[in-house]
Amino acid sequence: MTIADTTPVTTEDQEELARFRRERVMKIARWTLPSLVMILTVLAWHLYVAINEVPHYVLPGPGLVAQKMVEDWGILWPAMILTGRLTILALLFAVIGGVGLAVAFTQSKWAELSFFPYAVILQVTPVVAIAPLIQIYVDNAFVAALLCAWIVAFFPILSNTTIGLKSADHNLSDLFTIYGATRWQRLRYLAAPSALPFFLGGLKIAGGLALIGAVVAEFVIGRAGTGLGLASTLLEASYRFNFGRLYAALILISVMGVVIFALMSLISHLALFRWHESALKRES
Amino acid sequence: MNQTRPPIDQRAPLLRMSHVEKTFRGNVVALRDMNLAVNQGDFVSLLGPSGCGKSTALRLISGLMSPTSGRIEWTGGQSKDDLGVVFQEPTLMPWARVVDNVWLPFRLRGVPYTDVKDDVLEALRLVGLEKFQRAFPRELSGGMKMRVSIARALVTKPRLILMDEPFAALDEITRHKLNNDLLALREQIGCTIIFVTHSVFESVFLSDRIVVMAARPGRVIREVQVTAPYPRDEEFRTSADYAAHCREASEALHDAMGEAA
Repeated sequence: MTIADTTPVTTEDQEELARFRRERVMKIARWTLPSLVMILTVLAWHLYVAINEVPHYVLPGPGLVAQKMVEDWGILWPAMILTGRLTILALLFAVIGGVGLAVAFTQSKWAELSFFPYAVILQVTPVVAIAPLIQIYVDNAFVAALLCAWIVAFFPILSNTTIGLKSADHNLSDLFTIYGATRWQRLRYLAAPSALPFFLGGLKIAGGLALIGAVVAEFVIGRAGTGLGLASTLLEASYRFNFGRLYAALILISVMGVVIFALMSLISHLALFRWHESALKRES
Repeated sequence: MNQTRPPIDQRAPLLRMSHVEKTFRGNVVALRDMNLAVNQGDFVSLLGPSGCGKSTALRLISGLMSPTSGRIEWTGGQSKDDLGVVFQEPTLMPWARVVDNVWLPFRLRGVPYTDVKDDVLEALRLVGLEKFQRAFPRELSGGMKMRVSIARALVTKPRLILMDEPFAALDEITRHKLNNDLLALREQIGCTIIFVTHSVFESVFLSDRIVVMAARPGRVIREVQVTAPYPRDEEFRTSADYAAHCREASEALHDAMGEAA
């Protein structure tokens, strides 16, 4: 073997090795870097509170928040279950309503022309402004809160699914016409799968919005009848200057948001990874 | 099953277009006075520059559009299973596996997969993709996707297959391979094909008859018969006969372009 033969191979190997190393470093960094930022932030927070002797009713230290999280778990956990139930139900109804309306809109031009403007109005009017009215007109506070969260969550699903249902490939649509497909077959085998990536994009947004809607509803409608959700617990803690509990509730709300987002991303990945461009892993 | 085709002047009529015209928005003439007789077993190419109405002619035959005037008549009337179509793009459902894409024409007629499994696998075997039946379209190359599209068009054994510049987006090497394979396929199943193209060489290599069309307004200029016998192979591509037919078709196309300019 001459030097000319071996040199390129070695270079390639080294490049390959370097690539592997880079990938491994990236893999570790993906977890360690955010963790490090978190640890440093908590440390800075602790030092700031300790050195300046900040009173706990202005800014509780991380130790106090952790202590409250454990002490008040009996209050916080049921509150989280309640807010979670509100959020998930709102999201569920948002999916039913959003998809149902989207199908109605794409099946009938008249329905779309008549009702789409009102869906937009419902979306652009701030839910905080409507919530007090809903509270007055709807007797059951849980239903009222559900309605608030639903209003916020359903629009991205409606608008994304509507676009998705209309985005089927034109030639495929012609092919369906040539083969004499029925309306139902066209919806089931062509429009629905074409709309799936769009719907899932909407679902990701709606998941976060459902939680925001639930929190807003709890703030406005309060504990009267809804029971004590995380947001009402947070509000109540602030009235009592119980800032340790307030921060604990806040952290739990964030955790819920992250879990919902991760869940929606997982659903999206499972539904699309086999065929959709967005889920493809590309070389280099 | 090698079906022997009768000579070109003894084939049974399948489709006749008489004085077909298509006008868009009242004044844009896409197609003027088109007359075309297609017989069983024919391989007819529509050759012409863009805007000559060749795709419009296909859409009229497929029933996606109706002619402004004139008639398109099928021998024995038209039914749903008369047609297979191949577009310029593979036009596969990206969410469905290869078998499910090929099953589609049957599925839309309400036929369960188990009833036509053999037909679907046979169609995939004919295009050389039986090993890829479980694959998703994105896992296939451009040429393979086109093969799936062809399998879908012929799976129902339609009386007529329409192809709208199916290989235009492929590289030259893949295109030659698919041209060869298409002819081999036709020898095996004896289908009738109307093939739209803007390539003189492709039309000469493939067809019995070339219908040369001109643009503005879209119309038929001349019909060129390619008398070379089938099966045709790579040898035909370099023969004097092939060159002569290419010259004839080129001249006809040149006349068509000249008139349009």
